[in-house]
Amino acid sequence: MSTPLLEVKDLTMHFPIRSRGLIPRTVGHVPAVDGVSFSIGAGEALGLVGESGSGKSTTGRLITRLHEPTSGQIIFDGQDIAGWTPRQLKPLRRDIQMIFQDPYTSLNPRHTVGEIIGAPLEIHKLVPKQGRLRRVQELLEIVGLNPEHYNRYPHEFSGGQRQRIGIARALTMQPRLLVADEPVSALDVSIQAQIINLMKDLQKEFNIAFLFIAHDLAIVRHFCPQIAVMYKGKIVENAPREELYTNPQHGYTRSLLSAVPDMRQAVVGGRRERIRYTGKEEVVTTTER
Amino acid sequence: MTRPFLSVENLVVHFPTPDGVVRATDGLSYTVEPGKTLGIVGESGSGKSVSSSAILGLHRNTSAQVSGRIWLNDIDLLTLSDKEMQARRGKDVAMIFQDPLSALHPYYTIGDQVAEAYRVHNKVSKKAARDRAIEMLDRVGIPNPQLRVDDYPHQFSGGMRQRAMIAMALINDPQLLIADEPTTALDVTVQAQILDLLQDLQREFNTALIMITHDLGVIAEVADDVLVMYAGRAVEYGTTKQLLTAPAMPYTLGLIQSVPDLSSDVNEPLRPIPGNPPSLLDPPSGCAFAPRCTFKHLVADNLPDTVMPELEEIAPGHLRRCHLTEHDLSKLTPKPAEEVEVV
Ligand SMILES: Nc1ncnc2c1ncn2[C@@H]1O[C@H](COP(=O)(O)OP(=O)(O)OP(=O)(O)O)[C@@H](O)[C@H]1O
Ligand SMILES: Nc1ncnc2c1ncn2[C@@H]1O[C@H](COP(=O)(O)OP(=O)(O)OP(=O)(O)O)[C@@H](O)[C@H]1O
Ligand SMILES: [Mg+2]
Ligand SMILES: [Mg+2]
Repeated sequence: MSTPLLEVKDLTMHFPIRSRGLIPRTVGHVPAVDGVSFSIGAGEALGLVGESGSGKSTTGRLITRLHEPTSGQIIFDGQDIAGWTPRQLKPLRRDIQMIFQDPYTSLNPRHTVGEIIGAPLEIHKLVPKQGRLRRVQELLEIVGLNPEHYNRYPHEFSGGQRQRIGIARALTMQPRLLVADEPVSALDVSIQAQIINLMKDLQKEFNIAFLFIAHDLAIVRHFCPQIAVMYKGKIVENAPREELYTNPQHGYTRSLLSAVPDMRQAVVGGRRERIRYTGKEEVVTTTER
Repeated sequence: MTRPFLSVENLVVHFPTPDGVVRATDGLSYTVEPGKTLGIVGESGSGKSVSSSAILGLHRNTSAQVSGRIWLNDIDLLTLSDKEMQARRGKDVAMIFQDPLSALHPYYTIGDQVAEAYRVHNKVSKKAARDRAIEMLDRVGIPNPQLRVDDYPHQFSGGMRQRAMIAMALINDPQLLIADEPTTALDVTVQAQILDLLQDLQREFNTALIMITHDLGVIAEVADDVLVMYAGRAVEYGTTKQLLTAPAMPYTLGLIQSVPDLSSDVNEPLRPIPGNPPSLLDPPSGCAFAPRCTFKHLVADNLPDTVMPELEEIAPGHLRRCHLTEHDLSKLTPKPAEEVEVV
């Protein structure tokens, strides 16, 4: 078997909890990521789903090295980058890009959309100066925004429009690995479908590998042949999609699948069974609609 | 005749910009009754947040032009002074904002901010407000609320911040709650828990709820009625069942067909509505959806491109803005993806 593009081994991140007061003391730790291992091959997509607060974003931020891990290995293209300094990481910044969960704070409010998307082109001298405006306008169109948006500021956009600006920015770099943290959850369903189709095309065309973090299980299933489930800092299940959806092994996975709202079923009404996972056992409740 | 509890009439919100006027909301009307849930869906940028923020008086008149009427219990909220509005905001009318981070201040702890929302409208001690904040954080499912209450926003995960916002909005048991994408950052188990919580609250306090979401599954689970917005206007309005089983205009149908489910074929591309929404600076003169409509050839005389259709009632309580005839509507029944004709 060929070596994967990304291999994560026993990755751990403990955030300190500090007491309040003049001299804050560390009074404990949040084990946000607790011994996580997985791998992603070039051009492949791994889905990461799980409980809110289970450590999905932190895992993504560790891989893009926005955080330094407490321990563990992050092997990208054969090299362990877990302990690298910002300087060592610099050449890698092009290869590993992230689409952020929060489209509101990840865009600099003082820069126009054109500047935000064009900046990476400038920093990495990807496109000659004269071509930049055209390239940015092309990217805007790819993600379904109007070229007229070039000179506008982030606050003038709706949530979904901002998310697409973030996607355009990540795509400018043609990365080899894209950590997409809830890339479409702020978008309406039609644009979701457009962006998912677009990301699939780009994935094929440029052989981009994805760590795709999302909570919409139908979208994850559509985009990712392999899916990992996180619960309280650990990966509790990692399986091919058909297996995960038809034969879930872990109690939390079963509770997730039982909670998916089903538009087609809900309007018809009828019984609905929901499983709640307490960490030890599964509690089943049935409601009539 | 008594007025509905909330009645939005002909609401207009325009933003003058150097490029021209952005018509974010253009003549929007709807009503909501106590204990009921109105779902609002629609394209990103169609004016869902902008129109709802107007109910809380959140548009500054230096940057936005707002007109129309927003009756709440026989008072037109648009005529209130800033001070009068402030007394109601967060108390009678509360909003769960779409963007938790910009609504939460980075320098104050979660607990201080949630407690403050309570103290503004209630004469209580700091301790009592803090206890109430912890209770609310617990109700929205934050683990170890006694400990996490002292965290700052950046120490919370995306979904935890969203839940902190929900705690803040619910803390004064509002009569009208506007929830703007309240569950987008939540996994489906927490989402189910939050939706249950909202419905409990609604039963207990007879709260009127406006639920803005793009998740049609959520709409199907919680909404009594649904308003579909496109380019700043209502294009369809009816009961949840009417809209999801018998959509009466192609945009609504397109939304329904964009959604994959747990049994759809993963090798087939998803089926988005082709094209992009129009610019709000220079909206099309005819039907705003016409440039993307795959059914418009059914209408004679090029009408969709030239004349904006009116909102008309096609069945009791079911309104839509479309040129297609009753006869053509039969072609709009949601079908499995492969059977849909694309022109
Ligand atoms: N900078 C930080 N300081 C302290 N704690 C943090 C920090 N960032 C995250 N955490 C904590 O780490 C845990 C995991 O957070 P993370 O954002 O990775 O969750 P997530 O799985 O992405 O959740 P969501 O689905 O809600 O976005 C949470 O308990 C969170 O509060
Ligand atoms: N301050 C502003 N100045 C100019 N235009 C604005 C301003 N605020 C919003 N807009 C524009 O108004 C339109 C409606 O925005 P709104 O936030 O209501 O959309 P939305 O329907 O909530 O979309 P989403 O689903 O993406 O949140 C958008 O096209 C947006 O670009
Ligand atoms: Mg997250
Ligand atoms: Mg919005």
